[in-house]
Amino acid sequence: MASHHHAPEPPVIEPGHDLESVTHKLTAFPLIRRTPGRWFIGFMVVFILLLVFLYAVIVLTVLGVGIWGINIPVAWGFAIINFVWWIGIGHAGTLISAILLLFRQSWRTSINRFAEAMTLFAVACAALFPLLHLGRMHRFYYILPYPDTLGLWPQWRSPLVWDVFAVATYGLVSLLFWYVGLIPDLATLRDRARRPGAKRIYGFFALGWRNSARHWHRYQTLYLLLAGLATPLVVSVHTIVSLDFAVSIIPGWHTTIFPPYFVAGAIFSGFAMVLTLILPLRSIFGFHDVITDRHLNNMAKIMLATGLIVAYGYLMENFIAWYSGNTFEQYMSANRMTGPYAKLFWLLILCNVAIPQLLWFRRVRTTVWMLFLVALSVNYGMWLERYIIVVTSLHRDFLPSSWDMYSATRWDWMTYLGTIGLFLTLLFLFVRFLPSVSVFEVRELVEHQPYEEATPEVL
Amino acid sequence: MMRSENNIDLAVIRARLATQRGRQYWRSLDELARTPEFQRFVDNEFPAGPDWHDGVSRRRFLQLMGASLALAGLQACGERPREPIMPYVRQPEQIVPGKPLYFATAHTLDGYARGLLVESHEGRPTKIEGNPLHPASPGPRDAQHSGFPYAPADIFAQASLLTLYDPDRSQTVLHLGRISTWNAFQQAIRDEMKRLGQNGGAGVRILTETITSPTLAWQLTRLLERFPEARWHQYDPVNRDAARRAAIAAFGQDVAVRYAFDRAVVVLSLDSDFLTTGPAAMRYAHDFMNRRRVLEGTTSMNRLYVVEPTPTNTGAVADHRLPLTPDAIEHLAEALAAALTGDSSVVGLPAGVPQVWFEALLEDLRANQGQSIIVAGEHATERVQLLAHVMNELLGNVGRTIEYTQPIVASSIDQTDSLRDLAEAMRAGQVQLLIMLGGNPAYNAPADVGFAAAMERVPIRVHQSLYVDETSFNAHWHVPLSHELETWSDARAYDGTVTIMQPLIAPLYEGRSMHELLAVLLDQPDHSSYRIVREFWSQQLGGDESSFEAFWQRALHDGVVANSRVEVINVQLQKSPVELVAARSRRRDPNEIVLVFRPDPTIHDGRFANNGWLQELPKSITKLTWDNALLISPALAEQLGIQSEQIVEVTAHGRVQHVAVWITPGQCDKCITLHLGYGRTRAGNVGNNLGFNAYALRLAETPWHVPGATLRTTADRYELVRTQHHQSLEGRPIFRELTFAEFLTGVNSENTAHPHVPLSLYEPFDFPGSQWGMAIDLTACIGCQACVIACQSENNIPVVGKEQVAVGREMHWIRIDTYFEGQLDNPATHFQPVTCMHCENAPCEPVCPVGATQHSHDGLNEMVYNRCIGTRYCSNNCPYKVRRFNFLQYVDPTIETHRLMRNPNVSVRSRGVMEKCTYCVQRIRQVDIAARRENNRSIRDDEVITACQAVCPTQAIIFGNINDPDSRVAKYKRQPHDYTMLAELNTQPRTSYLARVRNPHPRLASGSTSSQERHG
Repeated sequence: MASHHHAPEPPVIEPGHDLESVTHKLTAFPLIRRTPGRWFIGFMVVFILLLVFLYAVIVLTVLGVGIWGINIPVAWGFAIINFVWWIGIGHAGTLISAILLLFRQSWRTSINRFAEAMTLFAVACAALFPLLHLGRMHRFYYILPYPDTLGLWPQWRSPLVWDVFAVATYGLVSLLFWYVGLIPDLATLRDRARRPGAKRIYGFFALGWRNSARHWHRYQTLYLLLAGLATPLVVSVHTIVSLDFAVSIIPGWHTTIFPPYFVAGAIFSGFAMVLTLILPLRSIFGFHDVITDRHLNNMAKIMLATGLIVAYGYLMENFIAWYSGNTFEQYMSANRMTGPYAKLFWLLILCNVAIPQLLWFRRVRTTVWMLFLVALSVNYGMWLERYIIVVTSLHRDFLPSSWDMYSATRWDWMTYLGTIGLFLTLLFLFVRFLPSVSVFEVRELVEHQPYEEATPEVL
Repeated sequence: MMRSENNIDLAVIRARLATQRGRQYWRSLDELARTPEFQRFVDNEFPAGPDWHDGVSRRRFLQLMGASLALAGLQACGERPREPIMPYVRQPEQIVPGKPLYFATAHTLDGYARGLLVESHEGRPTKIEGNPLHPASPGPRDAQHSGFPYAPADIFAQASLLTLYDPDRSQTVLHLGRISTWNAFQQAIRDEMKRLGQNGGAGVRILTETITSPTLAWQLTRLLERFPEARWHQYDPVNRDAARRAAIAAFGQDVAVRYAFDRAVVVLSLDSDFLTTGPAAMRYAHDFMNRRRVLEGTTSMNRLYVVEPTPTNTGAVADHRLPLTPDAIEHLAEALAAALTGDSSVVGLPAGVPQVWFEALLEDLRANQGQSIIVAGEHATERVQLLAHVMNELLGNVGRTIEYTQPIVASSIDQTDSLRDLAEAMRAGQVQLLIMLGGNPAYNAPADVGFAAAMERVPIRVHQSLYVDETSFNAHWHVPLSHELETWSDARAYDGTVTIMQPLIAPLYEGRSMHELLAVLLDQPDHSSYRIVREFWSQQLGGDESSFEAFWQRALHDGVVANSRVEVINVQLQKSPVELVAARSRRRDPNEIVLVFRPDPTIHDGRFANNGWLQELPKSITKLTWDNALLISPALAEQLGIQSEQIVEVTAHGRVQHVAVWITPGQCDKCITLHLGYGRTRAGNVGNNLGFNAYALRLAETPWHVPGATLRTTADRYELVRTQHHQSLEGRPIFRELTFAEFLTGVNSENTAHPHVPLSLYEPFDFPGSQWGMAIDLTACIGCQACVIACQSENNIPVVGKEQVAVGREMHWIRIDTYFEGQLDNPATHFQPVTCMHCENAPCEPVCPVGATQHSHDGLNEMVYNRCIGTRYCSNNCPYKVRRFNFLQYVDPTIETHRLMRNPNVSVRSRGVMEKCTYCVQRIRQVDIAARRENNRSIRDDEVITACQAVCPTQAIIFGNINDPDSRVAKYKRQPHDYTMLAELNTQPRTSYLARVRNPHPRLASGSTSSQERHG
């Protein structure tokens, strides 16, 4: 492994760590006896948001989707925007865990656990929306191919059916990947836990992991296989999601560039969300030596690259609209830039295209607060992008007589912010009870440095 | 014994129970006595004035409507009237459950009858269409004898069904606001009549609306004979006073005018909306379009010139239209009349009328002597109407395209004078007993008459009406009026033809007809309407019992009394045309602002204010729903710096009213228009506190135009809602038009070219058997929206309320898109009915994840409500945006009466389900089944009539089997100007359009719009 360390490349983790110190550092928080007050305060805030979500959902089930701002022609609104946004965010986790693993990018190990958890929680939030947005939620199972007495099946031509399978597969693989990756650490927690209750619970989930060579061998094989399985999902899930739009005939949706552009956008937003979450985490837990400037630098570079692809997507969308000579497409483009939602469009360009250009500067990439602000801007920009795609395409389509405006109601906002509450609640629970940085994988990184010098003394 | 306020008055309770005919439920004596406690309890439980601006409660109002019913106790549902009624077409030997019967009757508006054919399911009227045998509702010529007759009905007649089942309708006799009984009322009135009868009935005043009913007139005559000192007054806010005065000025007598638009080549409308307003509108629209419809082989087309202050449907149909002030219209009429008399001292043309326009018109009129019509609106000034009579005489139209008859109304009087006399007498204390049969004068009398205040001086005031309205509230006695579908009566059409109206259902509540109330005054308390109407007609006819029975059955069956049309009379102008024209009126200041009143396009004079269908029906031009607004021209708005929805203070003759503004293209620059009928406070839960009361500004002397109005802007705003926000075509070829000259020569082929060959990767489907399709003739569509109400009624479409329309959730399955084209001041206006196109390659079908929308074997795009889970993707992917979604639970299943009203053959949709036009699949299947049972015979053309098609007065909608080359729809689809909307999307719609053809004068034909002429 040492041969991989080229001279100019900064180390993946800061020097001075040995196996014990790393393990202690990373398992300290899940295993401490008293939950710190700071955690409680934070948890309370996000839990209230979760309660807001539950309230909004109860009202939704009682009164119907009419409490939202949707109408004819804009029959999809916040629910679909949020769905795509959350699904997109999840993509960074899968990319980091699977693709970077296959490419043997060792720096990923400090952030993959956290990113995977984020993926899982984001997918959980995302998956709620297609369900909540149904007019008749209680009939959601019509969309599944179950043996029904009428012999009816879903309509396989509809991208919404593809969506169900894509998202379900994605959720399942993400869960497996995350859980399998956790097993050795759960065993570590089991071994280090002092309280019998914690020992038992961690032990149950550790599935009898004993660190034997055979375990490790099988584990590595399984992990690689899962990575192989998850890799196409990085591309396929958001491709399918983009087909929800691209299959339609609505100007602004009916676009062949959507699949690659959506995938790039997903990774873009996913890395932004990882940074948004990991930067505070790093400073709160003092993980600077595990999540180093090199990580930030690398993630920022990926954001810059995917951001450029997204910008290219915007450019092509509008170029093709003009080049096609299709009046409806041309109008749609012009309407986005100058119509009633123009402000949001230009804000989107600012957030997603202009501001990320700062990442060309190394100082921005490694200065925490600057990077944090850029990441926030991208998070917001990517949400706006989905808003623009969903709303501006629908609100003025073919017949001017049907044109109308869309504006979200308080129930839309409560549902949206509520899922952020759900997401953060899960994250709070995650960092409290599980190691948010993969302990065993970071241990692999420290392996060589202390051993080379220390071994003689010990022997 | 003194009773305190809170004690229960058992006498009242007994009286209340005595009024109930059917089953009823009451919970406590408190409830029955309507004690204040109970009232408070009810008020708390069902707040009387829902807060309209709260998102949910506004929608709740329709649900709240059920509350009043729960208290009243509904009587046996769908009870048949006791007397024998005659079904239309053929009398079945027995009632087959599930098979509807049809009955002919009539609906009256402003006194005049429109013939109806009412569909009745197990004794419940569920759908209203026109009676093809009735002169005011002419069916298509070729369908008349095909065995499948159908005929149009206007929005008011159709929507009267909802009024019938309105739970807000008055349900019991009220005395001083407390529940009383018909018996108590009879006793009180008979005593009073006995007392006043000693002086010949002095002090008895009867106020009616316009009456054409022969029986009612007969009863009134008898009453006046019996009580010679009693007086009969009439007042309708929409009356023909000006027309009457003009006729007297021209001919020395009042006359009714009948136009034969099917014989006119050139028509000039002087502020007449003859296509959609007035008792003969459907007849005129039908006749007019018979000279205008353009199909292959058509060699001539009529031409319509319109001048009007405010945009109307007729103006939209016009080949040449100018927005002019009422004074300018008078000026133009004078110039034209002078030119026709050869008088060279013409005072020039009013501003806004280009010389070339005037010359073209004059040329057309001169070239078509005896084949033209100059039609003046009944709201036009007396002078304009007089000049129209003169010009028609000069052009030789009288006897050819125009006929005069005796007035149709039972008693031709000046209604404004009549009302003023009554108010005067009331103020002078000369009125002891005021009996108001219908009407709502406390609300709709001219403001300066002071009717409501004068009424307070009358010791006994009786008001009979459908609702406990503003006038009832100020009356001592309120008697519920039975709905026209609940009672026997009769009425005359615009041409005098009589319909004997038969009830479809026994009164749902305690309603009594006017005949019954008059019978009480005549001391015949036990006479039923049936007896009275029969008695009148048997007396009228003489003859023996059996011949009368034959007449009676025939009349009921046909819905018209044979040969009751009023004869044409010969009238002579009192003075020579030159003299009449020369008495020129003084021109007013062209810069003053004229306030124009018109009956509302959907709720008329306010009588339909509590009708949700009509409230939610968008006004044809502005697309406003649920409100009226002050219509002002873009130029005036610019000049005054006013925005739409801004509240302005209108001052006219010292009277002030705050009104929200709507900027309306095509509105005359100096005119501001306010429609009557809004601002009601006691209309019912649906109609209260909507819009702005125009009657507060309306004066007896100036009922239609108030010159010299002033506007002052305020900072307040009022939300107006519309169903269509964008009325520009954006240069998209979705509405196509061409001129008649282009049609004849085949130029302008981009409008007429048939679209491309359908593209598909798959083998084309084979569509054997009947394949349904629709063709819509944009030339013939006059935007009257009868189809919208027909569809709403046929397909159980819910009303969603102002809030839901505001957020774009109206449910109409068919809509009329109104587009403006050309300049802002005077644009061309286009109407385009849009339904589900039933695309053969429907974009909605593949995107539904559960297959809830499917293609049928006969080409319908079907919605499977039970399968729909509400993803709404189908609506997003529909390029025509014709799908409608139940965002909330719009249908309130708890309103008992509405359950009676619904079409049993159409599912009622619940929350979360998508819906849309089905091409009236229930009607198709009905015919399908009948045809299959008759040895699988094929379905004949015109056997399936969709609801929208049936009521269209101009047959703009054609439906049928496109596989049958001889069907009308197939013929329409072969026309050179047939096109499908958005054909380039390869959706292959089953509904296609015939491009609109206009016939501009060659010299004015710079483009087909009138927009360039304005400044030309």
